[in-house]
Amino acid sequence: MSGAPPIRGRGPWELAFERLRQDRAAIASAVTILLAVVVALAAPLVAHLTGHSPIEQFSETGLSPSGIPVGPGREFWLGTDGLGRDLLVRIAYGTRISLLVGVLASALAVLMGAVVGIAAGWHGGAVDTFLSRFMDVVLSLPFLVLALALAALVGPGLGVSIFLIAFFSWASVGRIVRAEARAIREREYVQAARAIGASSARIMFVEMLPVVSATVIVYATLLIPSAIAFEATLSFLGLGVPPPTPTWGNMLFDAMAYYKVAWWLLVFPGAALLGITYAFNVLGDSVRDALDPRYEQTIRSGGGDAE
Amino acid sequence: MTTEVLVQLRDVVKEFPVKSGSMFARRKERLQAVAGVTLDLHRGETLGLVGETGCGKSTLARCVVRLLDLSAGQVLFDGHDISAASHRELAPYRRRMQMVFQDPYGSLNPRRRVGSIIGDPFAIHGIGEASERRRKVQDLMALVGLNPEHYNRFPGDFSGGQRQRIGIARAIALRPELIVCDEPVSALDVSIQAQILNLLAELQVELGLTYLFISHDLSVVRHVSDRVAVMYLGRIAEIAPSEALYERARHPYTRALLSAVPAFEPDERREHAAIVLTGDPPSPVDPPPGCRFHPRCPRARARCTNEEPQLVSRAGDGPEHATACHFPLADGETLADWPASGITA
Repeated sequence: MSGAPPIRGRGPWELAFERLRQDRAAIASAVTILLAVVVALAAPLVAHLTGHSPIEQFSETGLSPSGIPVGPGREFWLGTDGLGRDLLVRIAYGTRISLLVGVLASALAVLMGAVVGIAAGWHGGAVDTFLSRFMDVVLSLPFLVLALALAALVGPGLGVSIFLIAFFSWASVGRIVRAEARAIREREYVQAARAIGASSARIMFVEMLPVVSATVIVYATLLIPSAIAFEATLSFLGLGVPPPTPTWGNMLFDAMAYYKVAWWLLVFPGAALLGITYAFNVLGDSVRDALDPRYEQTIRSGGGDAE
Repeated sequence: MTTEVLVQLRDVVKEFPVKSGSMFARRKERLQAVAGVTLDLHRGETLGLVGETGCGKSTLARCVVRLLDLSAGQVLFDGHDISAASHRELAPYRRRMQMVFQDPYGSLNPRRRVGSIIGDPFAIHGIGEASERRRKVQDLMALVGLNPEHYNRFPGDFSGGQRQRIGIARAIALRPELIVCDEPVSALDVSIQAQILNLLAELQVELGLTYLFISHDLSVVRHVSDRVAVMYLGRIAEIAPSEALYERARHPYTRALLSAVPAFEPDERREHAAIVLTGDPPSPVDPPPGCRFHPRCPRARARCTNEEPQLVSRAGDGPEHATACHFPLADGETLADWPASGITA
């Protein structure tokens, strides 16, 4: 600490952000994600620039005389699909669905997991037993089978996808938060809060939530890519957002019929999916390292100190 | 020092369930951490509570401030029985009694700003507006010797001694009458210990505080206490005014504890050699019958194995000095003077 006038302490959050800023992998993945966000926001602009709407079928220019999709070129930068639609515009619009589902579903999952985990960890006893067993049940459900059945039952859609993904993701967060909350419960600062007369609600939200939030943020970041992949799976199976709305998942499904003659149908949406999930995963790892410097230190100093 | 009683403990018992045995032949046992403690705490005094690790002193402290529910017995605060009070019923008493914890690292939430931590008592009890609270917190910080400008810092920015000052500021925020100090300096460097002890002493005078001061460090307790109670395996072995305890300890266990304090000068008036007790304290799950100290006591007799000694004052010791021993030591007598009995063999 430089003993200079600015007295405001640099908190754990600021220090973590500082560490994150010096992590090149984190910067690269953040830039990738930012790029995806820009593409998603600017999807109508892409449509405007190319002059192609995402659902318009160009049966004259977008398909060869024999009905085969045309490859990347001046008219269609990334080629067209089996119905003669512009792949670039469709990928741009698909980014919107993927990011929206990824962020919302993981936010919802993390929120549920944090609330249930803290409640179970703080209360203990019967409440803990009930909530823990419930989380075990959710974790043991064959999620894909059940998700398919549920999506078929209520009908596919954006909201249904988000809810399904969140429901099958929150329990893993809940278990980890619960374990952490149980440990925090025995800390002296929680005892001190009780000695002052703090209510259960205050202890859970004022004392416990800030401490578990590091874990929660890491999980939120790491859940986004799995939610995106989950959404792509649902769409691929025809149970996500219904066509003709473009999603990466249903684009990949469409590619199945043509990939032997039109490699771009598989490569570009696949690369988009891979790129964004990879970026979020790397960012998640970096966030964890930044929030838990001890973790990083044990890895770095492990060999050196042992000598 | 007045003799007005602030806190009365009446046969306080605290048991914890202990599970043992295999999964199928599970036995439910009870660990008696505090096994019937009766004690008065006078307003304005400092009562030291000493004993080995695991003797139940911290458990007793948590029973007094009702962080733990009692298994039996009563805690009377200013005449009111709070031993069965609910969370809501306790609220007014929470303002009147507070606790300072041992671990200055564990007792402050690392993710919260210091100003917010010290302001907790005001926020929880709904005292003052936000701006007023901030001023009060800064006054408190100045009072305990912290720079009020460090209001927005995090606990991680402070040293152990400074953190303990933060803990003390939080404890005195609501101007309590009683502060239970659970080993407040044992986690600190010796040089810092004195500063914190002096701070506690200054605050006692300034705010008229009563302390229940728990420690395993006899020299610290001697320095701060008006009276000292010695605890062994959940019970009070001896209680006496500070000077009397250190000069004329009656209980063999007290003598043994005192002889274990390192001497700074070899010719200091004390017993010739340290009395080394053999063995560990017995398990509080299965305490020995009779006097709890008898398996380790060099003076133990047959009576000690079946009759539990009561805490009573002996003739000539004055009413303030009570000992729970069938064969207390007389003035000038040392533990070595007593012929070894057949019990310990």
